[in-house]
Amino acid sequence: MSRVVRHARHVVGENPVTGVAGGVFLALLVLAAVGPRVAPYDPLLTNTRHKLEAPSPAHWFGTDQVGRDLLSRVLVATRLDLGIALSAVALSFAAGALAGACAGFYGGWVDRIVTRVMDTIMAFPLFVLAMGIVAALGNTLANIVVATAVINLPFYARMARAEVNVRREAGFVDAARLTGNAPARVLAVHVFPNCLPPMMVQASLNLGWAILNAAGLSFIGLGVRPPTPEWGIMVAEGAAFIVSGEWWIALFPGLALMLAVFCFNLLGDGLRDLMDPRRRT
Amino acid sequence: MLRLIGRRLALAVPGIVGVVVVSFLLNRALPGDPAAFFAGPAATREAVEEIRVKLGLDRSLPEQFALYVRDLLRGDLGTSLTTGQPVSRDLLARLPASLELTLAGLLLAVGVAVPLGVLAATRPGAWLDHLTRVVTTAGVSLPVFFTGLLLVYVFYYLLGWAPAPLGRLDAVSAPPPTVTGFLLVDAALAGDPETFRAALAHLVLPAVTLGLFAMAPIARMTRAAMLGVLGSDFVRTARASGLAPRTVLVTYALRNALLPVVTLLGMIFSFLLGANVLVEKVFAWPGVGSYALEALIASDYAPVQGFVLVMASLYVLLNLFIDVVYGLVDPRVRIEG
Amino acid sequence: MTGPPLLEVEDLSVEFRTRDGVVRALEHVGLAVHRGETVGLVGESGSGKSVTALALLGILAPAARITAGRAVFGGLDLLAARDEQRLAYRGRELSMIFQSPRTALNPIRPVGRQIADVLLRHTTLPRRKVWARVVELLAQVQIPDPERRAHAYPFELSGGMCQRVMIALAVACAPSLLIADEPTTGLDVTTQAAILDLLGDLAARSRMATILITHDLGVVAERCDRIVVMHGGHVVETAPTAALFAAPRHPYTARLVASTPRPGAKLADLLPIPGAVPDLRRALPPCRYRARCDRARPACDEAPLPRVPVAPGHLVACRFPLA
Repeated sequence: MSRVVRHARHVVGENPVTGVAGGVFLALLVLAAVGPRVAPYDPLLTNTRHKLEAPSPAHWFGTDQVGRDLLSRVLVATRLDLGIALSAVALSFAAGALAGACAGFYGGWVDRIVTRVMDTIMAFPLFVLAMGIVAALGNTLANIVVATAVINLPFYARMARAEVNVRREAGFVDAARLTGNAPARVLAVHVFPNCLPPMMVQASLNLGWAILNAAGLSFIGLGVRPPTPEWGIMVAEGAAFIVSGEWWIALFPGLALMLAVFCFNLLGDGLRDLMDPRRRT
Repeated sequence: MLRLIGRRLALAVPGIVGVVVVSFLLNRALPGDPAAFFAGPAATREAVEEIRVKLGLDRSLPEQFALYVRDLLRGDLGTSLTTGQPVSRDLLARLPASLELTLAGLLLAVGVAVPLGVLAATRPGAWLDHLTRVVTTAGVSLPVFFTGLLLVYVFYYLLGWAPAPLGRLDAVSAPPPTVTGFLLVDAALAGDPETFRAALAHLVLPAVTLGLFAMAPIARMTRAAMLGVLGSDFVRTARASGLAPRTVLVTYALRNALLPVVTLLGMIFSFLLGANVLVEKVFAWPGVGSYALEALIASDYAPVQGFVLVMASLYVLLNLFIDVVYGLVDPRVRIEG
Repeated sequence: MTGPPLLEVEDLSVEFRTRDGVVRALEHVGLAVHRGETVGLVGESGSGKSVTALALLGILAPAARITAGRAVFGGLDLLAARDEQRLAYRGRELSMIFQSPRTALNPIRPVGRQIADVLLRHTTLPRRKVWARVVELLAQVQIPDPERRAHAYPFELSGGMCQRVMIALAVACAPSLLIADEPTTGLDVTTQAAILDLLGDLAARSRMATILITHDLGVVAERCDRIVVMHGGHVVETAPTAALFAAPRHPYTARLVASTPRPGAKLADLLPIPGAVPDLRRALPPCRYRARCDRARPACDEAPLPRVPVAPGHLVACRFPLA
């Protein structure tokens, strides 16, 4: 464990950007946890006397078309956006890894079915498929998570399948089998844990994309309904005012999105460097 | 050559089958009673039952699927509640707008990203290399709809260079006679420079928005591939043979480096077809994406499903096309495969 | 060999900038090649043979720097020349072929087109005559069915045939000097002999000079007029072939000759050379063989390393050459 920590410190030292990204990630998590408490105003409180005000000392991010404080809304939205992304990726990871691992381990018709399902998902332009799923299942927040999870399944499934395939042939699997372990146990206890590190890297890279997807879906009016504060829908609300010059309504939630995605991408790159044995001294 | 196309076509069939099956499942997964939806909110119970029978919803699932496929083969994608037209007709009418936008975005992306990647590879470590890397990383981090809005704010509101984001043409311009549906092509064919200019002005910002999105992976892949190829043995031979630097760079290095970029195009199209919807919303572009969105808001589901099916089929065909192009360019695939 | 040399290299020194520091790959390398002669350039891996060749052609890696030297070829100093001047020579008057011929050819371009590219670049042959010339060249390098093979891709040809294509590429414009960098490495023995025979024929027919780079002493013994021995980026001995093998004067050459398999000798008779090729990143003594030499004396550490002419055309870079 200490070796990992030492290596982590080395990578972060070499690559300060990763450190910063990690810091931002932690800050976002903290914001997600305490957002509502830190927000200066009630994000749902309308105040039409102060509508469409540019950023000022009273309202750092300005106010929107019904006078709600944008800073508060952006802060509170952190919880929802991160929540959607994290749960979608977690769901995707769990289901995809399981399916892929079984496909790689058992082969045969299990493999064929899983591969066929994943290929079918990938035959769709992924965002379009997400739209279709939400349209079919109903316009709810839970379905946004489900849709985002479904379109991310193939990445994890393929990765798990490949990793398991590689390890299946390795010696320690045969050793485990020879000592009498049932195949499923071999898969669960011996093979699968070794596949996790590279897949975690994939997961962190995927988080950024999951956020973009979810935000895109809410931008076009799926999942989140007003007045819930969520970055995607806030950008959509602000879009109408861009042409008349009220830039702050769309800008700040958009920047928040960008910050989160950027941070996850950098973190993912950093994690990949961490895992890459070639980088170890 | 034909054998290659035939083989790839055969590989595309399971894809199309999968798409149709999923579309069917999505179709039938509608919340509540599909018949009630298609009959409309004002229908009587008898009318709803009629619709149910007509739609075949009283039959078994495999039978319904057979009916569904039969309708598809006839080009019947249902009828839109909002426009009252057959969905297929609506989609066909609006498809050229989306295609024009996507193609423009793609051409822009390739036209900028490939030279950028080449330049970054021939001058590794220079400021251009770093700039390319920053731009490409930012490109994948920005939500495409946000980029569009930023561009509108800067170029329309602040600078006044771009026209208002209200579609393909101004309210005052009359569209040219429809030949292809591509405004640029039609205006050129009709010899109408004013309309051509107006259409181009309206196309710029949305195309740039889409293009920025696709530029990042293309530039990154071009750079990486070029770096690899420039260090290869055969480029060394080409240099040793005294070939002109331009020949070495383009005919020998770039053509080989573009191979992995071609395979990347499949993934890029997946992004583009999805991002298309978002860009169409930002710029009020009258394409199939906004058609589906308008229908979605009005709880009119047939257009949405038709849209998903058409986009997916288009994507399968595009991938097929990319495979064939790759086979044309790389003889190793053509001859061995 | 009589007459002025076709190529005269003097004091060539090349450095590489790497992450681990500066690598002095070549130091004070000198050699001469006369019209029509075949010179063997031998040494262990890492002795600087290929770097010398690449420096002459001007296609070293960007991290390389030529810090000293002249290489006069046809009246032009190749090392000091501008790019346009060098481009005029490369592939036309001065050519090179490489090892691993299949990777050294463009994988997605028919081999005939690659030869045509060179012809179009360096000759004034009209387009419609170029293809005929390509087929002619392929026949010259003994590729069977040249008409058809000209349309083939490298992956469709065997290693030996790819090497013949490379040779055709290199001799297309009748260069006066061809550098062959390990042309037979990776080919089977019969093909090796055939390729070397081909090179010899082509050279004889057009009085083309050849520099044959190899680590195989057996090859140079048979096919070269003169031999240049390199070690650790230095030229340690230059001599006519017979003289080199009969009486090598540099300790390294002597051990090289002794370690070469020859008919009649048993394995026990082959003496390996102790030590390893010197690490060129470190500061090194004037004689880079010193650490491996069993005749080393304190005087060997005195700079500069001398080049002693022990006989006409026979130079040794040793303060105490063998008798």
